Amino acid sequence: MRSTSARPVGRGLDFTLAHRAFLCFFSHKGEKSLLFSFGDMIAEALGLILAWDRELSAIVVLSLRVTLSAVALACVIGLPLGALIGAFRFPGRGAASVALNALMGLPPVVVGLFVYLLLSASGPLGPLQLLYTPTAMIIAQTILVTPIVAALTKQVVEDLHGEYAEQFASFGVSARGRVAALLWDARYSLLTVALAGFGRAVAEVGAVLIVGGNINHVTRVMTTTIALETSKGNLQLALALGVILLGLAVVVNAGVMALRASAVRAAYA
Amino acid sequence: MRDTVMESAQDCAAPILTARGLGFCAGGQALLQGVDLEIARGRRTMIMGANGAGKSLLLRLLHGLLPPSSGEVIWQGARCAQAMVFQRPVMLRRSALANLRFALRVQGLGWRARAARAQEALEMAHLTGKAHQPARLLSGGEQQRLAVARALVCEPELLFLDEPTSSLDPASTQMIEDLVNAAHTRGVTVVMVTHDRGQARRMGDDVIFLHAGRVAETGPRDQLLDAPRSEAARAWMAGRLYTRTDF
Repeated sequence: MRSTSARPVGRGLDFTLAHRAFLCFFSHKGEKSLLFSFGDMIAEALGLILAWDRELSAIVVLSLRVTLSAVALACVIGLPLGALIGAFRFPGRGAASVALNALMGLPPVVVGLFVYLLLSASGPLGPLQLLYTPTAMIIAQTILVTPIVAALTKQVVEDLHGEYAEQFASFGVSARGRVAALLWDARYSLLTVALAGFGRAVAEVGAVLIVGGNINHVTRVMTTTIALETSKGNLQLALALGVILLGLAVVVNAGVMALRASAVRAAYA
Repeated sequence: MRDTVMESAQDCAAPILTARGLGFCAGGQALLQGVDLEIARGRRTMIMGANGAGKSLLLRLLHGLLPPSSGEVIWQGARCAQAMVFQRPVMLRRSALANLRFALRVQGLGWRARAARAQEALEMAHLTGKAHQPARLLSGGEQQRLAVARALVCEPELLFLDEPTSSLDPASTQMIEDLVNAAHTRGVTVVMVTHDRGQARRMGDDVIFLHAGRVAETGPRDQLLDAPRSEAARAWMAGRLYTRTDF
């Protein structure tokens, strides 16, 4: 059995009273089995979460900041773009749809490399000195999430527009008015679209690792920390962050689903 | 021979719009062809005919929702304000009040004017108590009343209705007819598709009878309903004509 008291678990993470109590409760047996080691790690990971020190907090907050900013930007770009492609017929519409669908599967490392080249000192945006900053991570994630938001929005809006098209034409609604009305009326369905974007962004590691550099206290987010700490053998912290990541995903999903369910009951979705 | 509602109308009112050689093709099939007619201003024109005769299609062409394959729709003077009520009301995913406000916002009205006019329209449609309910949760009759009120709230000069009461009970039908008649007394020209001869008799001034995508007969209501001249109209009145291929 690994001694939980002899070896610090998280680098720079302090043991609080709650953390120690948690470990005492779970780590009371002496068998040297793999299962017990795993249980030990789980216990220590949960202890770290309960302790919730400043470093852990900074990582989670930065992750949320980067992810939510990227999703918000992707929505600002992707919602109207998807609505335009979904609601209007124009030359090249089919090609635009195919391109959007293809871009949904963009490899994150390729996006990371692309943004790296853009932002590197010799790149066109080099003078902005954004490489290895949270802004660079937000840019990379926005590029990854925008096609997802746009493609799913196109599908939602296309279906709704099929229902509204004649009525809009009868009213004489302008193109801009149509897009605004369709996005507003599809708002609860579009929450699910944003959720899909959030899922992609929050779990992303390749692109943010390349453009962010995983610098401690600067660009270290949950996914990159998990990758780093796992490679160092500090599984407790990696596990703790994994649990937090999962918890966030569950909470956000549950919130959106509850909102959408209430909208369906009220016939607004 | 070119039949016109206008020519047969007793008061010889000026036409609000004229269709000349109107035709529409889809999938290589002529669904409407050579339609010549005039809609008299201030009158109520009923469009009747068997299923598939092209009534709803004609209404969409007149309203401008579809471009004709041949012919043209000519407006007398400037294209007037017009609105259309569909057979199945299209309710936006908003409250009843918000549906009315949306129609008014499209017309460019300010917030205050929208609120006042929308409230008036709700009262007119006897839906004041349903103002904040989701429009899609209203009953079929209430939704259609809201659709008529939404069309009328923009103060159209010409109102198109595509079988607005086809799936409604007599009470709801009566309320819709009252709304349309009230609009007509305010000077709105009404063009309505109906299968209901009783409704055509109650509401129509003139009737256009379509058969197989052509105008079979037009005339004043009583003349066309009581003594139709065309074989197609006679067969339909006698219950022998059901679709465009039956005759």
